Amino acid sequence: MISIQSLVHQYHQAPSMQFPDWEIKDQEQWLLLGSSGSGKTTLLHILAGLLKPKSGHVQIDGTNLYALSPKKTDQFRGQKIGVVFQRPHLIKTLNIYDNIAIASSFAGLPVDGKRILMLLDTLGLAGKAKNFASELSQGQLQRVSIARALVNHPSVLIADEPTSSLDDENAENVISLLTEQAASSRAALIVATHDNRVRNRLSQEYLLS
Amino acid sequence: MNILKLSTKNLSGNALTTILNIILVAFGVGILSILFLASTQIGNKLESNSKDIDLVVGAKGSPLQLILSSIYHIDFPTGNIPAKDAQELMQNPMVKRAVPLALGDNYQGYRIVGTDSTFTGLYGLKIAEGTFWNKDLDATIGSAVAQESKLKVGDKFFGAHGLSNSDDEHKQHAYKVTGILAPQGNVTDNLILTNIGSVYKMHEPSHEEEKAHHGEEEKEINNREITSLLIQYRSPMSVVVFPRMVNQSTNMQAASPAMESARLFSLIGVGIDTLKWFAILIMAISALSVFISLFNSMKEKKYDLAIMRCLGASRTKIFFLVMLEGLLITLTGAIVGLVIGHVALSMIGHFQESAQARLTGVYFVADELYLIGAGMAIGIIAAIIPAIQTYRVDIASTLSKDK
Repeated sequence: MISIQSLVHQYHQAPSMQFPDWEIKDQEQWLLLGSSGSGKTTLLHILAGLLKPKSGHVQIDGTNLYALSPKKTDQFRGQKIGVVFQRPHLIKTLNIYDNIAIASSFAGLPVDGKRILMLLDTLGLAGKAKNFASELSQGQLQRVSIARALVNHPSVLIADEPTSSLDDENAENVISLLTEQAASSRAALIVATHDNRVRNRLSQEYLLS
Repeated sequence: MNILKLSTKNLSGNALTTILNIILVAFGVGILSILFLASTQIGNKLESNSKDIDLVVGAKGSPLQLILSSIYHIDFPTGNIPAKDAQELMQNPMVKRAVPLALGDNYQGYRIVGTDSTFTGLYGLKIAEGTFWNKDLDATIGSAVAQESKLKVGDKFFGAHGLSNSDDEHKQHAYKVTGILAPQGNVTDNLILTNIGSVYKMHEPSHEEEKAHHGEEEKEINNREITSLLIQYRSPMSVVVFPRMVNQSTNMQAASPAMESARLFSLIGVGIDTLKWFAILIMAISALSVFISLFNSMKEKKYDLAIMRCLGASRTKIFFLVMLEGLLITLTGAIVGLVIGHVALSMIGHFQESAQARLTGVYFVADELYLIGAGMAIGIIAAIIPAIQTYRVDIASTLSKDK
C-alpha cells in the first residue's frame, strides 16, 4: 500500500541521496534507522508529501503522491497521513480539544468530537480537553500529538524521533501507544529513530546508510 | 474550527499587542469620524439656517460677525441701525421680503429675538402648542428652548440683558409664553421670538434710571433702532446692485450669507485639514504597527504554521489566516473608532456653550462607510507581506530546523 521506487533527492549543491526501494503493506510497523545525516527525516518528509523528490515515485493507497496538485497533496496528507514530530508542537492559543479538532478542519473533514474524546481517553488524557498546552507535561503533550495524528483515521502514521526528548518511562509509553494505536486504527506505522530504546519494539527495519 | 475562529484565538493569545493596535487604528478613525460628522453638521446648519436669506443689513463692522449674529445667533451684533433707514430699505422695490431683527436680551442663554410675522414666513415656522406672539411681551419659544428650560405655554419669565447667560434681568416686565414652535431643525429651535415692541419696552428707562445719566441708551431708544434686516431679493438681478447701494449710499453694511459662510468654512477648513492629515498620519502609523506585529508574530509562529500545513492546511488557507488577523485588528479598530467618534461628539455637544451651534453624536454620514473601508484597506496592506511570507514557507526545511 506504500511504495517508493527509484527515489532520489538532492539539496542544492549537496550530494544526491538515493533511497532503496521500499514496500510497506497494510498495518505493517517499520523502524526507519540510520545514522545522523543519513536522510531519515528527508525520507519521512518525502513520504508525508512535504518535500518533492528530485526523481522517483511515492505511492500511497494507489495514489502517486507527487502527481497530485499542491492543493490535492495538502488534502491527501491531511486525510491519509498522520505525523508525530520529535516535539509535540501544539498551538498555544488553542485548548487540547481544538488542537486535535484542527487536524480534521484543515483536512476538510468534519470534526468528530466523540472520536477526539475517545482518543484522549485512550491516551490517558481524559478530562484534559479544555486544558491548554502550557498546563500539560511533555509526555502528555506528546500523547496529544499522537491523538492529533490519529484523529482522521490515517492510512499511515509517521513518527520522526518521537522519543528522543523523553525520559525512559515516557519513551516507553509513547512507543507503546504508537504501536497500539496504529494497530487499532489499522494504520501502517513508520518510526524514524536512532534511539536504542526503540530498536527492538517494531518488527521490521529499513536501514539507511 | 474555521480560520476566523483560529485568527481570533491567535489574536486573543497576544492580547496586549492586539489591543494596542486596535487602539491605534481607533484613534485615527475616531478623529476622522469626528471631523466628518462635525464638518457635515456645521455645513448643514449653515446651509439650513441661511437657506432663504440673500442678504443681511446691519451696522458697519465685520460682515462675518453680522452674519453670525443675525442668522446663526452665535456672535454679538456689530451694533444697531436706525429703524427709519431700515424701513426705507424694506420698501425698496428690489426687496421681496425684509425681516427686521432686534436683539439684545436672553433667557438662560437663549436669545430673545424681536421681530415681526415675516420671520415666521421666512423660516416656515409652525406652532406645536399655543399661538404665535400677538402683542408686547408675548413670547413664542423654540422647541429646544421649551425642552431645556421646561417653559410651558402660560409661563412667565424675565429676560436678561445681553446675549449670553447673565443675572442682569429686566425685572420690570415679564414675558409670557404664548406658544411653542414645532421642531424646525434649525437655529429657531433655540430662539425666543417676540415682537420688536417688547424689546423696546424692556429697554425703556424707568423714572429712576432716567435720572441716572443713561444718555446713550435714552438716545438710542428715542431714535428707535433695530439690530439688522434679513433680506430676500425679488430678483437675482439685485445680487450685485443692492449690496453696493447699501454699502455706498447708507451708513449701514450689507453682508452676503453665502460669501461669509464660504469665508468661514475656508477659515475652519485650515484647522480641519490639519487635523485630517494628523489622523491620516495616525492611521499610517497604525498600519505600520499592525505590519510589525504580524511580521514578528509570523516569525514566532513559523513552526505553528508549518505544523498547520503538515495537518493539511493549504498555502491559500494559511495566507488568508494571516490576512484575516490583519483585517480583524483594523476592522475592529475602525468600528471602535467610529463609536469613539460619535461618543466624543456627543460629549463635545454636551459641553458646548452655544446651543445654536450644538453638535450631536446621534448623526450618521455616508463618509463613515469609507472609514470602515479605509480600516480594511490598512489591514490588507499591513498583512499582505507577512501573509505572502507564510504562503512561501518551506514546511520541510522549517520542520527540520526545529529538530
